[in-house]
Amino acid sequence: MSTSLPTLLTFPNGRELTVPTGLFIDNKFVPSIEGATIQSINPVTEEVLAVVSSATAKDIDIAVASSRHAFRTVWGRNIPGVERGKLLNRLADLMERDTDPLGDLEALDNGKSAEVARAVDLPEAIACLRYYAGWSDKIFGQTIEVDDKGHKSASTRIEPLGVCAQIIPWNYTIMMLAWKIGPALAAGCTVILKPSELTPLPALKLAELVVEAGFPPGVFNCVPSFGDVGGAALTSHLDVDKVAFTGSTATGRKIMQAAALSNLKKVTLELGGKSPHIIFASANLKEGPRSCESCHWGVFLNQGQDCVAGTRLYVQAKVYDAFIEELLHSAKEWTAGYGDPFAEGALGGPLVSEVQRDKVAAYVDSARAEGASIVYGGERWQGKGWYYLPTIIGDVTPTMKVVKEEIFGPVLVVTKFETEEEVIALANDSTYGLGAGFHSNDANQCQRVLARLEAGTVWVNQYGQLYPQVPFGGYKQSGMGRELGTYALENYTQVKSVLWDYSGGSAQ
Amino acid sequence: MAPTTFSYDFSNEASGFGKKSSFPSGLFINGQFVDSVDSKTIELINPTTAKSLGHITVASEKDIDLAVEAAQKAFETTWGLHASGQERGKLLIRLAELIEENIEELAALESLDNGKAVAVAQAVDVQGAADVLRYYGGWADKVHGKTIETDDATFAYTRHEPIGVVGQITPWNFPIWMLAWKLGPALATGNAVVFKPSEWTPLTALRVASLIKEAGFPPGVVNIVPGIGNIAGAAISNHSGIGKVAFTGSTAVGRAIMKAAASSNLKRVTLELGGKSPTLVLDDCNLENAARWAAYGILANHGQVCCAGTRIYVQDNIYDKFLEKFLAVVKSVKLGDPFHPETFQGPQVSKTQFDRILNYIEHGKKEGATCLLGGQQHGTEGYFIQPTIFTDIKPEMRIVKEEIFGPVGVVAKFSNDEELIKLANDTVYGLAAAVFSENLSRAVKLANALKAGTVWVNTYNTIRTNVPFGGYKQSGQGRELGEYALDNYTQVKAVHINLSGPPPI
Repeated sequence: MSTSLPTLLTFPNGRELTVPTGLFIDNKFVPSIEGATIQSINPVTEEVLAVVSSATAKDIDIAVASSRHAFRTVWGRNIPGVERGKLLNRLADLMERDTDPLGDLEALDNGKSAEVARAVDLPEAIACLRYYAGWSDKIFGQTIEVDDKGHKSASTRIEPLGVCAQIIPWNYTIMMLAWKIGPALAAGCTVILKPSELTPLPALKLAELVVEAGFPPGVFNCVPSFGDVGGAALTSHLDVDKVAFTGSTATGRKIMQAAALSNLKKVTLELGGKSPHIIFASANLKEGPRSCESCHWGVFLNQGQDCVAGTRLYVQAKVYDAFIEELLHSAKEWTAGYGDPFAEGALGGPLVSEVQRDKVAAYVDSARAEGASIVYGGERWQGKGWYYLPTIIGDVTPTMKVVKEEIFGPVLVVTKFETEEEVIALANDSTYGLGAGFHSNDANQCQRVLARLEAGTVWVNQYGQLYPQVPFGGYKQSGMGRELGTYALENYTQVKSVLWDYSGGSAQ
Repeated sequence: MAPTTFSYDFSNEASGFGKKSSFPSGLFINGQFVDSVDSKTIELINPTTAKSLGHITVASEKDIDLAVEAAQKAFETTWGLHASGQERGKLLIRLAELIEENIEELAALESLDNGKAVAVAQAVDVQGAADVLRYYGGWADKVHGKTIETDDATFAYTRHEPIGVVGQITPWNFPIWMLAWKLGPALATGNAVVFKPSEWTPLTALRVASLIKEAGFPPGVVNIVPGIGNIAGAAISNHSGIGKVAFTGSTAVGRAIMKAAASSNLKRVTLELGGKSPTLVLDDCNLENAARWAAYGILANHGQVCCAGTRIYVQDNIYDKFLEKFLAVVKSVKLGDPFHPETFQGPQVSKTQFDRILNYIEHGKKEGATCLLGGQQHGTEGYFIQPTIFTDIKPEMRIVKEEIFGPVGVVAKFSNDEELIKLANDTVYGLAAAVFSENLSRAVKLANALKAGTVWVNTYNTIRTNVPFGGYKQSGQGRELGEYALDNYTQVKAVHINLSGPPPI
């Protein structure tokens, strides 16, 4: 069975929206050549939302050929940066116009709160596109003095890499799409974006806006697919110059291997994390609720399905009891906000899939089995929907699975510590290094701690804030390369040094 | 009581906007259009007809005080770093969009005021202004300082902060384009502005004032105060509440501004001044192209361009051939009504400029140069001057040394590249230069030897929004356009945080 006709979705708030279901190649929606499909399931009702085309290896070949053609003819050096910037800004304008339906669609497909999707996911994605629109015509090389006789020149050209495969996860489809295409398109690359098979719908809807904004065909192709089919085809494709991946560390390894074994395509990875969140006794706990808030914000937002969630809480002994009491109070407020994603004031919804929900439940069970205490939550959800409610686990030791491994759900483990030395060692005792946060009002302590935490982002007296102009990425096995900021442009460009001898050009 | 609205009906013009334009005039201070404190006005003259266009308000010293006060307040509350880079960028891009939405009206106003061909005003000046503002809109959230490695006892970093209130004084040759060159980087970096357009050509600035309001800039962020140079301009240069002045105009006035800045509060100064830029035609050039570009270099904007290629040096073995082609191109340009679609050259901007240029031409003849072409007023109405070419020149002649700022070029021979470099660099100016040669190596070697802020190879007057522009020597200091302009509007604060270093005593 093949599909490319748009499907009409009805939302719990009464909204109706048509969503395309074909693969988006060359500015058109087409069925998979082999008729492969994906069923996107509503994590609240456990029912099928839509059936969309799924890319097989043959479809990927077509998509790559389209991207390559576009790069050679209408994109790359065939279009000045200022025009690329205008198109990106236009896309941002359209996303702003359609914030409400897009936010609702993100919520419907993923299970997150619709209000949060509209208030956080969309504006951040839009800001990211605008930020990179501004960089499009500001990518500089260098001219370099090499010669004191004035006969030779050296300079660098910063050229686009070419055809870039971008594989994004299901936790923030629209935001991750913007983080990927922003710098890639600004730099002049063409993009084949593979959204997750769990959440293909927002990306397909955004593809309509790409056409409306005026991007030429082939500049942005969108091919929902299963990771081991379309994802594998992209990462081992000989005509793809680069793969950018956000997802699990396990899949990241596979991607790096496939890249190495095929054409040594360039690879950047944003992988998992088990980020520590530290409360020092010197923190300003009169604003305790604020520190608590940031703890919850760090782990319960998006149902904990966040690579940089602050999932290991360390509280200094001196303030431990008071802080935990406060923590439990506000955990109740968060839990009350979990429910129907389309309810007013909804803070959380179900996890994205049954598999994810079962994984999280298994981790909590393992904590019990290993002797930890379930201090809050930890109960199975009764009824429809793949919910797992906020859970806090205490009495943990560093070797427990729930302390070492990424759970990717709303589960926080809490540890008491005595000294700064001790907690830094505990915090760094991880193969991950994506983020870290701590609260302290001692300036010297802040400087010491931020310098010694092994993480790509360190938050001081807050948690989780991101800005398109500040780089983001992992130490250690949390990834390689940085997204956002000026640094993301390096992921999509390559340096050509030009050395020119013009001493032969004298008159007469 | 000064007039509060400027109106002109373009429906009888040969092309362009074709409607009535009517917009608030007066001084734009703190988001409002107001009369000047002493109700002074100045008459605007249409250079095409020499007839009056009406009166506009001009600022006195007291008005400048009010503008500075408004700018200061905005900087401390709604602007500066109180407005994020993203917000500042969005406003600049919105202003660019509004300028594009009103492009025909703005082009018509520019032509009315300045005399340039309306098709050029639209495609180059007004579109260019929108492009520049959009470009700097993209910079607004990308003004970075550095974190700098020292040792474990110190955390050191820099902030690139806006200066505060800046004064900007622009000329009459590219009114709206110069407005964008100035406002773009100043606003992107968070400064509040007191902006004085030339009193000869204030119309597009006044129309843009309404667009600034419509775009949503907070009141006081941009204040637009047309005024006379030695009153409003002097007030700005002398004002102790202004941290920086940026000026584009003549070298003579540039000196006065730098002096005033020095004797008042040592405010920072950037200057884009005059030029006497050489066009170098080598014997291995594409002769046809060189002749066309050289003609464009001297005649664009009626010669009223700071970087005009006013001294043309031609290699002796192609001199006659070049001159023949060059004169043919010069003769072919059409002079006439700026609103006529075929017009290339309109009138000079004012009687003052008209007289000055004719004076130079007379002087050239008296000094013994040969006036090969032109040399007179064109027609009987308005301030039109024939394209004028002198040969048989000597380096000491005034028409060779001084900036004429009209459609007047001088042509001379050279025999070899060493001689050429000396001739080209023999000037107090250093704004631009152009080399015509098909041998890129030879051209680049010459380019590297020329003392000029912009060197063109096989082109002339090519300005790009993202490439810096500015002068060597007495053509100015500082660079506009590109990333470089941001340095003109930021100041560096270094912060050293001592973590554990003990005091020495």
